[in-house]
Amino acid sequence: MTHGSECLLRLYEERLELEDYQNGVPRWCNGCGDNAILAAVQRLCRDEGLRPEKTVFVSGIGCSSRFPHYMNTYGFHGIHGRALPIAQGVCLTRPDLKVFVNTGDGDCCSIGAGHWVHAVRYNMNIKLFLHDNQIYGLTKKQASPTSPAGTRSNTTPRGSYLEALNPLTVTLGVQNVSFVAQAADWIPELLYDIVKAAYRHKGFSFVRIIQRCPEFMPNQFDPWMHDPQRTMLLRHAQGITPSEGLARVYRNVREHDPSDLERARAVASCIDPVPVGILYRNEEVPCYEDLRRSTKMRTAAYVKAGLEAEFDKFTIWPEEARTPAAA
Amino acid sequence: MNDTLLLQPETTAASTSKTVTALDEHIVEVLSDSGEGAQRCGQSLGAISARMGNGVWTVEIIPAEIQPPARSVEGASGNRVRIGACGITNGGDESDLAIAFNEQVLLGRLRAGEFKPGATILLESMWRGHSDPKIAASYLQTHQELVKAGYRVYEIPMERECLKLVQDARKGKNMFALGMLCSIYSRDMALAREQIALTFGKKNRSVIEANVKLLDAGFRWAEANLDFKYRIPAARPSVPQIVVNGNTAIALGVLASGMEVCAMYPITPATSASHYLSEVFEKVGGVVHQAEDEIAACAFAIGASYAGRCALTITSGPGFSLKQEGIGLAVMGEIPLVVVNVQRGGPSTGQPTKAEQGDLLSAMFGSHGDAPKVVMAPCSIEDCFYSIITARKIAETFNMVVVVLSDAALATSQQPFPRPQFSETWIAPPPDQGEIPPGARPYDWDEVTGLARRFVPGQPHGMHTLTGLAHDRSSHVAYDPQINQEAIRARSLKLAALAKTLKAPPLYGDPEGDLLVIGWGSTKGAIEEAVGALREQGHKVASMHLRFLQPLPPGIKEAMRRFRQVMTVEGNWCDDPADEIIDENNRRYSALAMLLRARYLVDVDCWSEVKGQPIKPGAIRRALIEKLKASRDPKDAMP
Ligand SMILES: Cc1ncc(C[n+]2csc(CCOP(=O)(O)OP(=O)(O)O)c2C)c(N)n1
Ligand code: SF4
Ligand SMILES: [Mg+2]
Repeated sequence: MTHGSECLLRLYEERLELEDYQNGVPRWCNGCGDNAILAAVQRLCRDEGLRPEKTVFVSGIGCSSRFPHYMNTYGFHGIHGRALPIAQGVCLTRPDLKVFVNTGDGDCCSIGAGHWVHAVRYNMNIKLFLHDNQIYGLTKKQASPTSPAGTRSNTTPRGSYLEALNPLTVTLGVQNVSFVAQAADWIPELLYDIVKAAYRHKGFSFVRIIQRCPEFMPNQFDPWMHDPQRTMLLRHAQGITPSEGLARVYRNVREHDPSDLERARAVASCIDPVPVGILYRNEEVPCYEDLRRSTKMRTAAYVKAGLEAEFDKFTIWPEEARTPAAA
Repeated sequence: MNDTLLLQPETTAASTSKTVTALDEHIVEVLSDSGEGAQRCGQSLGAISARMGNGVWTVEIIPAEIQPPARSVEGASGNRVRIGACGITNGGDESDLAIAFNEQVLLGRLRAGEFKPGATILLESMWRGHSDPKIAASYLQTHQELVKAGYRVYEIPMERECLKLVQDARKGKNMFALGMLCSIYSRDMALAREQIALTFGKKNRSVIEANVKLLDAGFRWAEANLDFKYRIPAARPSVPQIVVNGNTAIALGVLASGMEVCAMYPITPATSASHYLSEVFEKVGGVVHQAEDEIAACAFAIGASYAGRCALTITSGPGFSLKQEGIGLAVMGEIPLVVVNVQRGGPSTGQPTKAEQGDLLSAMFGSHGDAPKVVMAPCSIEDCFYSIITARKIAETFNMVVVVLSDAALATSQQPFPRPQFSETWIAPPPDQGEIPPGARPYDWDEVTGLARRFVPGQPHGMHTLTGLAHDRSSHVAYDPQINQEAIRARSLKLAALAKTLKAPPLYGDPEGDLLVIGWGSTKGAIEEAVGALREQGHKVASMHLRFLQPLPPGIKEAMRRFRQVMTVEGNWCDDPADEIIDENNRRYSALAMLLRARYLVDVDCWSEVKGQPIKPGAIRRALIEKLKASRDPKDAMP
């Protein structure tokens, strides 16, 4: 596979600042939760020292999918629902790149739902952030699969009909799941910790971020923002240990061992209080790219040798040149 | 026959009194229930003949179902082999001889008119005395009908003869049949035994020996009991040749092109290319990724291409439809991508195993908006191999999507071609990871050619966000109408730039005359054979075959001017002007004819057939004769 030319020798540690990851002024609405996600991710890039040229953010279509434009890294703003397979193609061929996906609840859980399920199964080293505002933002307020039953929208003026899909339980139900976490855009400290844990996990990290859309879902999450008791902080020595300050505000803390899949599924089903933290992590799940990638340098000679061996299988030799093996 | 005799390989004919008829060519079919090995028998005959230096074209006869009931019309499985004295470029016309393991598998082929009048039929005779009276009666009835219809029918006790050597005649009858065919066509038995050793090479010696015994027995039986024998002269080949079908040739092309990723979702008739590729790609460091659907496969290939090296996705009709949105993205983002569409009968699920050339227009105009992409169509098995190498090169030189339109006919046919000589230029250099110079932008479209340098992730100072939205030279989302105009112009110009590098396609036949036939894709051999036959009768005709459909190569209009009439021959629908309500205002033309009419303002006619079978040279010949006749009639002449 392709190997980007790694810098052989870094003579000095170049420290990058937040500005080095920022690109332009985001065009999200005031108070849009996407801004908080952007801030957390830019901080992550700086703190982890990601090389901007070695980092790729892939997205689909939606307000949230504009994310890559605001990063000073490589970005791929693709088509609705297909960010994951695009990111997988990048990830498979370029082990030297850090690959992220930003996607919305429509992008991931509706049009791209098939890819989402399979992405969990592939478990490629991709960090996915699901910006879940429970509505279609870009297309101006239609119900999404994660809209709670009864949500009034332009396509459901009398309220949506179906129970909301729970992205956490779905993901935790798929074979090969290796990392599932939930964050809320209005608790930036935890959001950062969770994004960082997701980054450090090797495999497919699925982070659902509950994201405010003041434009189309004003006050949707107010009950949770105003009452800290309705947030269930997941704490564990192997997971996230909230700071003292945070623990003073959020007192509804639950010890949760992220290696326990059964418990993770139970916690995931809980909608009120809403769990925040790492639900599940398993470092043992093999990554698809590690199973598939070739470690050989693909020189012309190497390709030629493989090709000639195949030609040999199908060759009819003229009488005098017939190989002894075939005679 | 006694056992000791059977153990000795035989080369001499048991009966020498037969007259041997010399033939220019013959078409043979081997038909059985699936699982009885007729495919292997036919393929082996093809390989042996090719090794003897005959021109050969073999086509698989595939039942549509996986396990069709035994002795059923629709269950016919087998192989059709055209053997000629010199170059054979297509499957030819109706068959001259068939070996059938039961009468039912013959019927479908018979009803489809696949046999010449008076063709020779070698029929397994075991059914005549079958314990089930219905089966025996069916056999007798078919036998009588065949005789009455004038076929030369030979009843052969294949089962009985095979049981002398093996316990289960189902496994082995095909080699007995091969032995018979070797006798009938005076094949070189040393080569035949060698071929068996090659075919069963992976298995142990006893398997090979058992099969060689059956081969010899079949040969001897035919020598002793059949009253005819043919000889098709051959010239021993002087260069090494490759014998593969079109799909394997495509897969070999993928290896040779240096591509690293093939993303696919299984679909007939493209799948066999991916099967073979899955087998071998890893040996050269490549990956076949079976995605969750065609949309994902296309997106995966786009991601891999974007990341540095052109990737490939391979599919057939329905999957091609699903990939259209992704193809548009690659066009917009100017990401190189090779899309192989092994066309099958459509629309919808259509005829999965059958040949059709129905996707030309969707390949050219598919995806919404103005989405210029390159469309190529290989015209032979050999061309399947080279087309992929060319497609990869074009994709990366022009940062474009290249669609390669093969079809089910090429996919399942075999024709020997000279073993390619590897060239390092087939393979792309490793992706550029150097620094992007200051000021350079990801879409610095050249004023004249529309070309822009490709930025690859990992290149310092090249950071930008590729987007499927309209964008300016910096890849910023463009709201300015002028920018959109400029960008569409640039993407369009690339086709013109590519067209400038293409050569005029050669004419086959007369340099000027009464009729020019234009074709594309798998029909080349059949069209040229028909044109050749007409020229022998004194007609002034020629054909031109297009490998590039978009952009079109130069020289087409000039060639058309030198002929009184122009007509395409295609495997996609056109209305018949003779139909009651069809007239010049509502007639739907075949795809290429429509394109040529629109582009060159020439009154191009068309003739087509959509029977799911490769178009036969005889059918084309008749259509051309009709056309020539009609044009002599002044009221039908061109305005
Ligand atoms: C194939 C296709 N169908 C529909 C659309 C229109 N569309 C764009 S974004 C979107 C939904 C976005 O919702 P979500 O993914 O939740 O993102 P948000 O805007 O809420 O961040 C839709 C339906 C499209 N761009 N492409
Ligand atoms: S519409 Fe909603 S999701 Fe979109 S930018 Fe505005 S607040 Fe954010
Ligand atoms: Mg949304």
